[in-house]
Amino acid sequence: MGNFRLCPDSGLFFDKNAESLMKVNAVAAAVSLLVAGLLALGVALTRWPAVHLLPADQFYMYLTAHGVDALLFWIIFFEIAVLYFASSTLLRCRLAAPRWAWLGFALMVIGAITTNVAIFQGNSSVMMTSYVPMQAAPSFYLGLILFAVGALIGCFVFFGTLVIAKNENTYEGSIPLVTFGAMTAAIIAVFTIASGAIILVPTYLWSIGYIAHIDPSMYRIIWWAMGHSSQQINVVAHVSIWYLVGGLLLGARPMSEKVSRFAFLLYILFLQLASAHHILVDPGISAEWKIFNTSYAMYLAVLASLIHGLTVPGSMEVAQREKGYNRGMFEWLRKAPWGNPTFSSVAISIVIFGFIGGITGVVMGTEQINLIIHNTIYVPAHFHATVAVGTTLTFMGLTYLLIPVLFRRQMILPTLAKWQPYLFGAGMTILILFMMGAGTLGVSRRHWDMDFTGAALSFEYSGMAYTMMGIAGIGAVLAVIAGGAFLLITVGSLLVGKKLDASAGLLQSFGVPLAPEAYNAEPEILPMAAAVEEHGSAGFEAPGTFILAMLLLVSFVVYYFINWKYLSSVWPLS
Amino acid sequence: MTSYLPPAQRIWWKVPVGRQEIVWIAIALVWCLIMFFMMPYWHVYGKQNLSTEAYKTTPAQFGPKVQAMIDQYTVRHETEQQIPVVAPPAGSDIYMLGRLWQWWPILELEKGKTYRLHLSSMDWQHGFSLQPVNINMQVVPGYEMVLNITPDVAGEYGVVCNEYCGIGHHTMLGRIYVKE
Ligand code: HEM
Ligand SMILES: [Cu+2]
Ligand SMILES: [Cu+2]
Repeated sequence: MGNFRLCPDSGLFFDKNAESLMKVNAVAAAVSLLVAGLLALGVALTRWPAVHLLPADQFYMYLTAHGVDALLFWIIFFEIAVLYFASSTLLRCRLAAPRWAWLGFALMVIGAITTNVAIFQGNSSVMMTSYVPMQAAPSFYLGLILFAVGALIGCFVFFGTLVIAKNENTYEGSIPLVTFGAMTAAIIAVFTIASGAIILVPTYLWSIGYIAHIDPSMYRIIWWAMGHSSQQINVVAHVSIWYLVGGLLLGARPMSEKVSRFAFLLYILFLQLASAHHILVDPGISAEWKIFNTSYAMYLAVLASLIHGLTVPGSMEVAQREKGYNRGMFEWLRKAPWGNPTFSSVAISIVIFGFIGGITGVVMGTEQINLIIHNTIYVPAHFHATVAVGTTLTFMGLTYLLIPVLFRRQMILPTLAKWQPYLFGAGMTILILFMMGAGTLGVSRRHWDMDFTGAALSFEYSGMAYTMMGIAGIGAVLAVIAGGAFLLITVGSLLVGKKLDASAGLLQSFGVPLAPEAYNAEPEILPMAAAVEEHGSAGFEAPGTFILAMLLLVSFVVYYFINWKYLSSVWPLS
Repeated sequence: MTSYLPPAQRIWWKVPVGRQEIVWIAIALVWCLIMFFMMPYWHVYGKQNLSTEAYKTTPAQFGPKVQAMIDQYTVRHETEQQIPVVAPPAGSDIYMLGRLWQWWPILELEKGKTYRLHLSSMDWQHGFSLQPVNINMQVVPGYEMVLNITPDVAGEYGVVCNEYCGIGHHTMLGRIYVKE
């Protein structure tokens, strides 16, 4: 036997195979983030009008690679690690089909390298959306397909592990909420990858000449069925990690299992054609179709996020109050572990994701309001709030937690680590707010030169638009520095951090298991959470959180109607 | 007692939900419904709605229609490239085509009059971004979008391309004049 190792610090049990796979996926994710971050610097310094660093061809090449490496490779490698953690580690179950899992990983690596090579050869600067009829090298699409197949295998390994855990009774009762969230993510991932296959396989065949024509409008609808749902995966993944971190650091338990699980379920049920909000200003799509498919008559996926927005911090508040931080509305919040980078990452991520990412997303996904936002730089501002702060910063926070637990290394540079989430959050927030401002003034996304050098005609953006793009550039530089600090701390810890186990050697950091003796644990059945006395369900258990939630709602309402007001001032059209 | 352990109650779905969550879900749901109703409301009472009129087309069909308008209503030429400035009568069908890397031709419109604007692309996807008004639309090859526009402020407007369309994307800039 001997397949499990007990981590003495966290009490978690690691299956040998799952552990190695989590490590290699996390390392591949970090490499992707490194590349994406370096490219981001080039892109952002080019969009800073006073700097305008790169020539046009390189700018578009870097931007394509930045989108692909950040949004696909960094996030999905990390998510695969999260899936293995949420199944094998949390359920104390051996990983299903480890050989398949390694195959999946290999495909993902080969795919990621293939696509990057295609981009850096220079003929595939088509942006990650690769809208037809603009064509990339065949290997660009092929790499993405291989990567997706690998990720799909990872999802099935996850499902397989859930089945094994059930059959072998490794836990009592139902799966934990965090695992439930991960399962939601994996289900959406299967749908996402299927949509991706439907569109990318024909596009690949078209690029090698087997198919003559791909309808560009249809391409957009199906591509976004993949593109949008993959963002829903990210949301589900980071919300699950919010719950996990609340539990691990504060001992928080869900306020209501039923409500939280129901909210996850809403993501699956009301996802289907969410691609609609990406084609709101496309030709010939009926208004009824757009209105219905962006909202399903009541925005139930948005409702789901609003629910988590209350229950995640609410559960933390309840846990803190039980520890005695009971004074006033916000003592629980003031006494939270703000110096712990895992906690601060998650807290910043919740705030920016909710207040900026969520609100801007719904506003610009409103059928008519999209007219004043589509393809302006407001759009990247929105999704940096969702994926670069919401998802990425959450993943960074989890990484800090995993270095000692999974890699058995002590974290180096703890003071830098303490400040890193704040610096990243601040830089990103500046970048985001000022790109939003510039977008409102009409500045275009994916655009090399807001001076239009070389154009036959001329147009001048307002001075304010230039100022905003400049300030956004400063924010970008801060964010890149903070991203670099994150990689320095994590990679540095793996290489030179103090070993917490005698056998934690260098190779061990990159996927090789610890010495065989370490795997001597025989996990007991994962017990149900201790029942707590029912208290206060008639009153408000988390009043501070309720106030914060109302603040969110008020900001939402005000900002929503400001945008309608702005829309009402532009040229009438019908 | 945490989120990463199985729920404390085996039958967790029968545990009653706390009042705080119920109140919040109710408030949030009301807001979601309001946001939904704003969209149909605006179709009835708002003045900015995107037309859904569109036709399948090809460059070979769309190009000549644009040319016919240019032949009939050109009032002058501008820039070294001799870009035609076209002043079609109020209320008529007007055309603008996107191609690598031009919006063609320049249009001259009258303030307060409504026109039927036809948009299409001759090659790749482009983005029609009217500045500084900030109206943005996707222009997709093979599709001809027709919308009614009513310029309500006189002035000189830029048409930026805001869908990436290759290395000359940033030079793709058109113009619309609106006269008193
Ligand atoms: C490290 C700090 C980062 C900076 C300074 C940064 C900056 C930027 C800038 C300036 C743009 C281009 C806007 C444009 O011209 O259209 C951009 C695009 C983008 N970024 Fe980032 N970014 C960062 C991190 C991230 C992360 C972590 C993610 C995802 C997880 C991400 C995902 C994207 C995507 C998907 C695009 C769009 C590419 C496209 O238009 O095809 N970025 N970023
Ligand atoms: Cu979307
Ligand atoms: Cu363009």
